[in-house]
Amino acid sequence: MKPARFCYHQPTTVDEAVALLGQLAPEDGRILAGGQSLVPTMAFRMAQPPHLIDINGIAELAGIEVDGDIVRIGACVRHTAFEVAGAVPGATGVWLRKVVRHIAHYPIRTRGTFCGSVANADPASEWCCAVTAIDGRIVARSASGVRRIAANQFFEGVMATTRRDDELVTSVELSLLPEGTRCGFAEFSRRPGDFAIAMAMASYRLVDGNRIAEARIAVGGAEPMPRRIAQAEAELNGKTPSTPVFAAVADAAAAAIDPMEDSNNTADYRRGLVRTMTLRALENAA
Amino acid sequence: MTETADRWIGASVTRLEDLPLVTGRGRFAGDIDFPHQLHMRIVRSPYAHGRLKSVDAAAALAMNGVAAVWTAKDIADLPPIEFREGPNENLSPYRQAVLAAEWVRYVGEPVAAVFAEDAYVAEDAAECVFVNIDELEPVLDAAAAPTELRPGLGTESTVCRQGYGNVDTAFRDAHTIVELDVSIGRHSAVPLETRGAIGRYDAARDVLELHGAAKVPHRNRESLARMLGRSTGGVHLYEGHVGGGFGVRGEIYPEDVLVLVAALRLGRPVKWLEDRREHMIAANQSRQQRHRIRAAIDGDGRLMAIDDDFFHDQGAYLRTHGARVVDTTCGILPGPYRLPHYRVAGHVRMTNKTPCATYRSPGRFESNFARERLMDAIADKLGLSRIEVRRRNLIAASEMPFERPLVALGDDVVYDSGRYEALLDKALAHIGWDALQRDVASRRAAGEYVGLGVAIYVEKSGLGPTDGARINIHTSGEIEVITGGASIGQGFETVVAQVCAEMLGSDYRQVRVVHGRTDRIEYGIGAHATRATVMTANAAAVAAKKVRDKALDMAAQLLQADAADLDIVGGCVVRTGMIGGPAISLGDIAHHLRPTSSTRGERDPGLSAEGWFSTSHMTYPYGVQIAVAKIDKGTGAVRIEKLLIAYDIGRAINPMLVEGQLVGGFAQGLGGSLLEEFRYDERGQPLSVTFADYLLPTAQDVPFVDILLTEDAPSGVNPLGIKGAGEGGIAAAGAVIASAVDDALGASGTISHLPIMPQQLKMMIDAFEATGAAAASSGSG
Ligand SMILES: Cc1cc2nc3c(=O)[nH]c(=O)nc-3n(C[C@H](O)[C@H](O)[C@H](O)COP(=O)(O)OP(=O)(O)OC[C@H]3O[C@@H](n4cnc5c(N)ncnc54)[C@H](O)[C@@H]3O)c2cc1C
Repeated sequence: MKPARFCYHQPTTVDEAVALLGQLAPEDGRILAGGQSLVPTMAFRMAQPPHLIDINGIAELAGIEVDGDIVRIGACVRHTAFEVAGAVPGATGVWLRKVVRHIAHYPIRTRGTFCGSVANADPASEWCCAVTAIDGRIVARSASGVRRIAANQFFEGVMATTRRDDELVTSVELSLLPEGTRCGFAEFSRRPGDFAIAMAMASYRLVDGNRIAEARIAVGGAEPMPRRIAQAEAELNGKTPSTPVFAAVADAAAAAIDPMEDSNNTADYRRGLVRTMTLRALENAA
Repeated sequence: MTETADRWIGASVTRLEDLPLVTGRGRFAGDIDFPHQLHMRIVRSPYAHGRLKSVDAAAALAMNGVAAVWTAKDIADLPPIEFREGPNENLSPYRQAVLAAEWVRYVGEPVAAVFAEDAYVAEDAAECVFVNIDELEPVLDAAAAPTELRPGLGTESTVCRQGYGNVDTAFRDAHTIVELDVSIGRHSAVPLETRGAIGRYDAARDVLELHGAAKVPHRNRESLARMLGRSTGGVHLYEGHVGGGFGVRGEIYPEDVLVLVAALRLGRPVKWLEDRREHMIAANQSRQQRHRIRAAIDGDGRLMAIDDDFFHDQGAYLRTHGARVVDTTCGILPGPYRLPHYRVAGHVRMTNKTPCATYRSPGRFESNFARERLMDAIADKLGLSRIEVRRRNLIAASEMPFERPLVALGDDVVYDSGRYEALLDKALAHIGWDALQRDVASRRAAGEYVGLGVAIYVEKSGLGPTDGARINIHTSGEIEVITGGASIGQGFETVVAQVCAEMLGSDYRQVRVVHGRTDRIEYGIGAHATRATVMTANAAAVAAKKVRDKALDMAAQLLQADAADLDIVGGCVVRTGMIGGPAISLGDIAHHLRPTSSTRGERDPGLSAEGWFSTSHMTYPYGVQIAVAKIDKGTGAVRIEKLLIAYDIGRAINPMLVEGQLVGGFAQGLGGSLLEEFRYDERGQPLSVTFADYLLPTAQDVPFVDILLTEDAPSGVNPLGIKGAGEGGIAAAGAVIASAVDDALGASGTISHLPIMPQQLKMMIDAFEATGAAAASSGSG
């Protein structure tokens, strides 16, 4: 549990970090953000990057910025930042705040970063699910320029993304959802704080009195990457909130997914959990 | 808190041990360093079963900072690790060599040892040791037909058989027969502090030292001295602080032997710290058993006979305990019930997994689970309540001491005292059983999966045969108690101090308790089998009585009084009942007893004495556990909503510490019942090697544990009347949780395996809901 030897780099500007990454990525040089995923894998020697580029000292990356109806989350923003009411305005902030307390345990949340989670692309990452649900964009910068990658173009599979090795995720941009959007979240893990076996996020608005519109249903943890479930959203849009409607949406979500299997959880069990979590996320939103 | 009481026995005083621990000044294995030390890293087998063809260490040896790399050839003179209880010809082929020579039998088996300047280099070098192994088919199912690990070495290392009466006749005459196939998953102690060992050879004194020892330092000294061909006087073990023992830490493992041999041969101190992944594959695992158990019942629900054939998954080798866990399982299985006929066969089966040994409540966690599942099944089959069927079978207080022709831990099983039914009644009253049953019934009617569970059990504690203690009162007045006991964090120092303080009329904070050091006292059996308090406290009481007599005798001369009229109060000898009269402190009396003192007279020098306590029988505390469990039908997750442990301790020296033991034990038991499992894939690769896959219960998973501590049945086999508490919280945790979850499902007998997995519960519940079977249909209780 001692990491293999590595060189440690401490840039203070994004330009410097991007230049270093451009130079060292071909030798498996990596970005060190909160270290909450990378460092344990190094301790196990499952990862042996010869270079670490620590971005924690880069002031430009430290903040959450609101720019019109976009919120921009810098690469050094820790999970705990979202526990503070109003850190992100409106319904989006409320939603993120519901989500954040399910991520790991408090000490880990004080170090781990939003963008680090997104770059890491664990299928059970709550932030990856949230970025997907809200149709966020990942801002990736390299020596050759900046790319803004839509969430549904970014996640590619278990811990796989379309980010190139020489690209630094400088921020993630989320749209601020319209006022009145109701948001819910639910996940299941065997112990609180563990990576979830399945999770669901649900949001919608009520229009014309009591009719559901702008439904968003995203499922995480169950498939290799999070995704919005169009069939479930279609089932929800235009309806009036009620237990039978929610149950039908949950059934649609469960039917639409192709769950992963592992030594503890069969595909059927995961599918059942997706049903339960979708239902609970809808109840949590109502 | 009665910090100023002069009666210390029975007082919940705070722990003497805490100050260094809570101020970060403890001394754990990782804190121990010696100048010029080397760091050891073990190269382990990546295969569960195979023929070891060669080990290539050339690349590692060429690395900067690497002092040596050893394989089996380098230590060919060392015998395999021996059994603590002495040689056993039949079992000896199953012992583990310090390093594997020709065969590897589990993933994690030590194949080579690297010694280097620091832990990083050692790990780098270990990665460069190339092990050439021809992989073989692993044996993974202990209950399958026996086979051979290699020609001549069968997988059934031994079968422990016990029993009495005529089981076959009882089954022929039975009114009802209930049969179960129940199993317990593989789990073990995963202490916060992993293992650690630091070997040092002091050539100046010709003493070989092992630091980081725990649990049984004296007994390990004997084994190690024999293995290394040294005199016991030239081997010393030192116990530091212990970040959790639970049976696993303090046994002799290959790594302990290696650091000692390396310290001798390489001429430098050698430090080894286990990392977490290693702990999960190298330290003793435990528990995995499958019981095919059946009971013969008469028309009133009384047990006529139990017949149990069980398979114990021992893993790759028999370690220091030999087949002890299996023997204990056999001896303790009948528990608190009258049982006219009994037959048990425990098959000790070797598999290609990490070796198994004792984990807190060995043999009882397993047997209580199997037996209490049986009692629930009997109740359900006969339509009796789960309480009533137990009540009918409990051994009565009038039958105590109750002898059973069985053996556990080498002792004949004689329950020394117990009022089992009285404790059951107290427990039911305490938790408000009737109201609870009504509440559960109405919640079930409303569609909840909630249930009540109960388990009754007999614990064992105070394993003999003998322990000693030496007390020396310094001229400063400090009372030093030197014991052969060991502290694994349970509050050993505090309780021994309380007993001495009580006998010596002093403050328990004036008492310094020495433990875990072979250089301070010649004998000791240490801390295991819930024995330390019972044995050492009684020995300390004997020594304290002698010191007291000597102090009073000396004081009688100094105060010109009759010793019979004197007492010790607040650390001073005074005339009994006389307030403000002449007083002489114990420190002053010690001064008068110096070798050179003129007042000493013919008395032996020193205000000191040695005391011994011997016992031929263990003492048997007992308990009742009651649980309320709720299953989330959407996920299958179980939550224990309520948990009561009613426990008769005989006499509590420090009730707060007893409660701590019970609660902590239950938390671990909950882990083994709902979360923890060492799993292996079909190649024998371990799947639970991190805390992401081996799930320990957290504060959020463990319910508030209500404790009802009683002292209704003091032990008859020791003067203090005490019984042990170390394993009483965990012993029936699996049994009670299974009972409650089973009841919550409303379908009797569905829980036959631990740990209970949410996936399995959700499948069952989905099936019930689909067939419309209402969970509310079956009654609890
Ligand atoms: C016990 C435990 C429980 C946990 N439970 C959860 C949980 O329930 N849910 C959850 O979502 N997470 C969980 N985590 C992970 C935690 O949230 C991590 O913080 C997160 O996954 C990664 O963020 P980080 O900032 O720590 O990234 P790091 O560990 O520093 O990096 C992770 C990877 O992403 C890369 N990377 C990081 N930042 C960037 C960037 N800006 N640009 C390009 N590449 C980058 C790194 O090079 C590395 O490969 C848990 C962690 C632990 C230790």
